[in-house]
Amino acid sequence: MTLDTVGRASSSPDVDQPYADLGLKPDEYARIREILGRRPTSSELAMYSVMWSEHCSYKSSKVHLRQFGDKQPEGGWPQLMVGIGENAGVVDVGDGWAVTFKVESHNHPSYVEPYQGAATGIGGIVRDILSMGARPLAVMDPLRFGPADAPDTRRVLPGVIAGIGGYGNCLGLPTIGGEVVFDPTYAGNPLVNALCIGAMKHEDIHLASAKGVGNLVILYGARTGGDGIGGVSVLASETFDADGPAKRPSVQVGDPFMEKLLIECTLEVLHAGLVEGIQDLGGAGISCATSELASNGEGGMHVHLDRVILRDPTLSPEEILMSESQERMCAIVTPANVEAFMEICRKWEVEAVVIGEVTDSGRLTIDWHGERIVDVPPRTVAHEGPVYERPMQRPAELDTLKADDANALPRPTSAEDLRATFVRMAGTPNLASKKWVTSQYDRYVLGNTVLAQPEDAGMIRIDEESGLGVAASTDCNGRFVRLDPYNGAQLALAEAYRNVAATGARPLAVTNCLNFGSPEDPGVMWTFAEAVRGLADGCLELGIPVTGGNVSFYNSTADTAILPTPVVGVLGVIDDVERRTPMAWATDGEVIYLLGDTDEDFAGSEWAHAEHGHLGGTPPRADLAREKLLADVLIAGSRDGMLTAAHDVADGGVAQALTEMALRSGVGARLWAPETTAPFVFLWSESPGRAVVVVPRSEEMRFTAMCAARGLPAHRIGAVDSGLGADAGYPGEQALEFTDVFSIPLAELRESHESTFPRYFGAALTA
Amino acid sequence: MKIGVVTFPGSLDDRDAARAVRVAGGESVALWHGDPDLRGVDAVVLPGGFSYGDYLRCGAIARFAPVMRTIVERAQQGMPVLGICNGFQILCEAHLLPGALTRNDHLHFVCRDQRLRMERTDTTWTNAYAEGEEIVIPLKNGEGGYVADDATLDRLEGDGLVVARYLDVNPNGSLRDIAGISNPSGTIVGLMPHPEHAVESLTGPSTDGLGFFVSAVRSFAGAKA
Repeated sequence: MTLDTVGRASSSPDVDQPYADLGLKPDEYARIREILGRRPTSSELAMYSVMWSEHCSYKSSKVHLRQFGDKQPEGGWPQLMVGIGENAGVVDVGDGWAVTFKVESHNHPSYVEPYQGAATGIGGIVRDILSMGARPLAVMDPLRFGPADAPDTRRVLPGVIAGIGGYGNCLGLPTIGGEVVFDPTYAGNPLVNALCIGAMKHEDIHLASAKGVGNLVILYGARTGGDGIGGVSVLASETFDADGPAKRPSVQVGDPFMEKLLIECTLEVLHAGLVEGIQDLGGAGISCATSELASNGEGGMHVHLDRVILRDPTLSPEEILMSESQERMCAIVTPANVEAFMEICRKWEVEAVVIGEVTDSGRLTIDWHGERIVDVPPRTVAHEGPVYERPMQRPAELDTLKADDANALPRPTSAEDLRATFVRMAGTPNLASKKWVTSQYDRYVLGNTVLAQPEDAGMIRIDEESGLGVAASTDCNGRFVRLDPYNGAQLALAEAYRNVAATGARPLAVTNCLNFGSPEDPGVMWTFAEAVRGLADGCLELGIPVTGGNVSFYNSTADTAILPTPVVGVLGVIDDVERRTPMAWATDGEVIYLLGDTDEDFAGSEWAHAEHGHLGGTPPRADLAREKLLADVLIAGSRDGMLTAAHDVADGGVAQALTEMALRSGVGARLWAPETTAPFVFLWSESPGRAVVVVPRSEEMRFTAMCAARGLPAHRIGAVDSGLGADAGYPGEQALEFTDVFSIPLAELRESHESTFPRYFGAALTA
Repeated sequence: MKIGVVTFPGSLDDRDAARAVRVAGGESVALWHGDPDLRGVDAVVLPGGFSYGDYLRCGAIARFAPVMRTIVERAQQGMPVLGICNGFQILCEAHLLPGALTRNDHLHFVCRDQRLRMERTDTTWTNAYAEGEEIVIPLKNGEGGYVADDATLDRLEGDGLVVARYLDVNPNGSLRDIAGISNPSGTIVGLMPHPEHAVESLTGPSTDGLGFFVSAVRSFAGAKA
């Protein structure tokens, strides 16, 4: 076993290096040689290969993502404290509080090993939030799977849910929302995204920067092992003896208990003022942390790699550099503070070791038992990777898809058919109750959860004294994006924005997880570019900045790319969580209004998908001015006590909104369609910019006057009525009655809505 | 009235328990697993969570923490102790209460709003409830199935030591629907559901859990009066 040192690399320029196996292109390898003026050592090659990967370098998406920074109001975003590029963005929510939030993907690991893939997805995003200096407060999980009845979905989904629960519950963070969506395109490539929200006081914000020459670099947390090394095993196989350890799994293994200790330990060292800069270790492990810290700081760092505490003493330096062992953090600490830092680590039983120091050399140098194995300019590793302008081509089949008009599909017309459709739709996998999933997550821990799934948005209290809180929702209808990427991405943004506003919170900022197929497919790349353009334009119009997020490419199986899925997370702020608007009605006699306009919008709808297996036509246009108006009314209604419930209208249309409101409360209602709208269109159209709200009679005049004054259509569509079971032919039962059309007892609707998941995924306690 | 709340590595609901003590009018005192000093508290809450990750049997490591040596000693002399969820598991592991908590019969972690019937209301922790009172508080556990041999169960039933029983649904396969038990004198109570998550209507399904903490505060107010 020969150590590949810098000296050896200089003296043996012609050694054949496995750059292609590590995912580097010939021109990328040539560029590394040009930067270094020699061939890279195997350690350097390993570092560049992971840091220049699509996942870490954003090399295909960078040219498009710039729009999120470029498209901003004159003078910049007033609420933005830390923008894209840090571990997570930070926004000002008032009263000296700052909130950080971000969504990331862990798609491929979750397909290979659902439990650990999903678990470490939570762990990774939580450390991103922690590394900003914030206490992590809640998580959300936007998930997408293949068809519910596919055998492999039965392998993947329960594992993913158990992994999220197993990690999140043990870590002590409430899960307050998310999505579970099924589509055949996700069959070989599920999407497991995870969002975390954290809060801190303004003065506690920390950045990933190695400042102060002579300051020390401390690696702390779990020991470094051989998990998550992936492609680097190629290098390992070169350096190990033939009878050495076998290649290890490339999926990381999570330890939520260690993460909990890491959170408490990190917050304590931060609040004690012992930390100059901090970075979590996620993708690309020590390679990423050291190069990013150095690149963001003084520009130089020296690391003694042999000081890293190992779980497996046989690891080679290349493997240590690449290991993605979980639950590790890296801090920059002044020499004077090291002992105090170590003392807090000992208190929490967290191992820590000084692995290096900040220098002004402009180089990241790494030694292994006194021999130099890495000597590189850190910016070239962390920030100056390759950038590609990938070819883009509007997919030709888009015209065929658009011409296949969903509005022409056969519709139920008789009262009997409408009723049967209503019951059936309540139980489609996409619309069915997700209680089977969410009852496996702790939503109560920390004691600040004000709203959790199935509410429109999750809401947590940040300040117990003032009642200041934040709400968040994630959304995306990938079918809309498939049919019209620019507009579809804006529809995803609009839905998340609307969901936040429905709770009474004022939308403030955006994070996104852009899940797409291969960037090397010009059709996918065009779709991606259009979606990003749509999001950037939409955010500018709504006045809410993108603060960070993640791009996940290569989500495809054989030749089938997933539905383009730019999951959008919107964060909002509410001054007093006591004023939040829940989704369910409760009180007899209160009046139900539908806000907004209903058109014939069935392209990309759940009805077309579930009843006809159809995807075609032109989706509704996202009218963001209308969304703003609707949000203003929802927020004012909450603030001024005019609304007792509000629920966004999206997938499954008004029918789904009413089903969820009724089943959540267990109270029936009498309903009717606006005169100008046919019952079928009223129930299942997915026109955006709408919400169902519930108004006490005493507030009705004031509320409708406000809507009229602001120019928002408000249609009176019903009243809460707990006593109409008998009238409707179901004595003693709660029911929904659609005047002169049909009525349904809630028990029958509940059976349809709540039996779907147990039927597909096995009995679990969901009652 | 000072009530200590112990933080073990992996305790998660310690903040919630401390909040519940405050809402009930008591003073909460943070106790640390590694420190045997109980800092002059009158009673102790062992909160929920996953102490030491619960990678071994739940609560099996926590019972050996230095703070537990003092707690066991003082509890045997009559100091009131409430163990919630992981705390209940620790109390069983420490042999302050009989039986054990095992993996839920349906094999899933479950989080739900659980209806209970209060059955023993002369303990330090339940005297604010009426016998037979029905309450709804959160339940969240992966290993909450209460088990004991028949003789122990018969003794618990016969001596009236069952504090609360599950109604509607038995969420974890607990024998005889047992949600919580007590020692004969009623100073030590173990409960699988989480009263500390039901002390404010804003964040809980009810405020039905507050009674556990009010009971303790009231017991001491009465004792001192």
